[in-house]
Amino acid sequence: MPASPQKLLRMYRTMVLIRQAEERLVRLFAEGRMPGFIHSYIGEEATAVGVCGALRSDDYLTSTHRGHGHILAKGGDPARFFAELYGKASGYCRGKGGSMHVTGLDLGILGANGIVGAGIPIAAGAALASRMQGADRVAVAFLGDGATDIGVFHEALNMASLWEVPAVFVCENNGYADFMAQSAHQKIERVSERAAAYSMPGVTVDGNDVEAVYDAATEAVERARGGGGPTLLECVTYRWRGHYEGDPQPYRTAAEVERWKRRDPLRIVEERLRAAGSLDSAARAAIWDDTTRVIDDAVAAAEAAPMPSPEEALEDVYAGAVEAGWS
Amino acid sequence: MVVTTLSYARAIALALGEAMEADRRVFLLGEDVAHGGAYGATKGLLDRFGPERVRDTPISEAAIVGYSVGAALAGMRPVAEIMHMDFIACAMDQVVNQAAKVRYMSGGKAGAPLVIRTGSGGWLSAAAQHSQSLEAWFTHVPGIKVVTAGTPADVRSVLRAAIADEDPVLVIEPLSLYERQDEVPDVPGDYRLGAAEVKRHGSDATVVTWGAMVPRALEAAEELAAEGTQAEVVDLLSLRPWDRETVLASVERTNRVVVAHQAHRQGGFGAEVAATIAERAFDHLDAPVSRVGSLDVPVPFSPPLEEYVLPSAERIADAVRGLG
Repeated sequence: MPASPQKLLRMYRTMVLIRQAEERLVRLFAEGRMPGFIHSYIGEEATAVGVCGALRSDDYLTSTHRGHGHILAKGGDPARFFAELYGKASGYCRGKGGSMHVTGLDLGILGANGIVGAGIPIAAGAALASRMQGADRVAVAFLGDGATDIGVFHEALNMASLWEVPAVFVCENNGYADFMAQSAHQKIERVSERAAAYSMPGVTVDGNDVEAVYDAATEAVERARGGGGPTLLECVTYRWRGHYEGDPQPYRTAAEVERWKRRDPLRIVEERLRAAGSLDSAARAAIWDDTTRVIDDAVAAAEAAPMPSPEEALEDVYAGAVEAGWS
Repeated sequence: MVVTTLSYARAIALALGEAMEADRRVFLLGEDVAHGGAYGATKGLLDRFGPERVRDTPISEAAIVGYSVGAALAGMRPVAEIMHMDFIACAMDQVVNQAAKVRYMSGGKAGAPLVIRTGSGGWLSAAAQHSQSLEAWFTHVPGIKVVTAGTPADVRSVLRAAIADEDPVLVIEPLSLYERQDEVPDVPGDYRLGAAEVKRHGSDATVVTWGAMVPRALEAAEELAAEGTQAEVVDLLSLRPWDRETVLASVERTNRVVVAHQAHRQGGFGAEVAATIAERAFDHLDAPVSRVGSLDVPVPFSPPLEEYVLPSAERIADAVRGLG
């Protein structure tokens, strides 16, 4: 089912929100205001938004080290999101996760992951649970092209197909596994070919076209929800920034990056909305202004929020209260 | 109290059945578990609970644990079986970086109440990839709990407590005990996870032990008693958390201690126990803490080689005699 004009407009707004959040993060990080590392999602917005647009709020997802877009697309609160990245107590994980590990169970976000591929069986396990509980929640595992080389990808997809769990494995093929071009880390060009080995549908779409992603994701999600089993959905996109902020990127040319920037996922949807008469300059400006304000507020709140007290490091290891000297 | 004689493996099946009966969220997954398990610990459960809740898996240890983490996050109580503890190496990321970390890294918002049952140790002539006692790999990791048991009655109550727990628990089942028969009360013991149990009282020396070495430590104590030395045997049952108070109280009474485990001495959990005793009860010691464990070589295949490498009741008794 194609996205309605209203839906497309909402998805556009979320893409703008993610772009603005990411651009702000890049700047704040460069200014040294944030600890740790940042793996920027800029350029891949259509994938997160198209996939999450096809999900219900109670559906599950597992995210990756490059997961900011997934969290915001699933409905994450920008204020708690920024607070987490600042290491603040008011963050999604009370400052214990950071950029790579945002978890929000109330949004079905079972966690982003610093280990490549690790979220794949976790999403599939949640999908299995949903079916065993007689629920109809679907689980999405986001993964990169690099993750399709790790063993647990294959173990998890084999088991998912065997058990027909309601999962969608979304490969964001951004052309690079860390510093390594796809052609250097796998012989195949289309990651979706790997689905054939597990007898599940494998689909490749333009990951910069939010409508195409949404359509393909909707089909996969509805198949999963209806008991038709899992899908491997490959969204072909591109990482505008380096693997991490500060990556000197000797492995690719500026010309290659520029070529992809001409296929900006935001511009693609914007042009379509304009052509359909759903977006004029005033409406566009309102969306950008509004999302700028949301990010301004989120950053201001995150900066003003208190750091956790050091002793909070001792909490949340186990469910129960920890006695002194407990080990 | 009515008691029945059961094998260790049957006691495991009994506990699993009880937990599945009591809680719809509990389900089993692992290689051949629907067929009763390679060592019979899940025998009869497929017939009682059906293939949805007793799931055979492909040979995919990482996925077995990974699916368990996901199912636990989504409200189920998975009990995964890793046939031999050695195979858990294939699933380490999911155990150590996922199951053990999810509560902490989510700031306490998420939890993964899953159980991983795994068969450990030697005396099977199964060679070095099927015979290891790797508990120290996991006792080092905050976020997971590690328990074991040396008798059928204990494995039943320990396993029930593990399944009821809100955190991931690794249940280590010594494979050499699976056929061992012993009395199991009709009403299960109410085990508080983390507690040690004094299996035999004595005033001359303490033997701190767990798992496969529990029956051997009791044998050693019997032997020593015939010589007039009364050894107290403390079965830790739980290694993370572990019951320091019971151990320290015993050492303060006996002033001599041997720590005995099947794992290698170097970096074994016994080193943690010994260090804790040295830190907290040094003034009560009349002799240095002594450790008994496997010799520091892989566990060999051929029976005389394996017998030589693994610890024995005799070596425990000798260690106690050596305390003077």
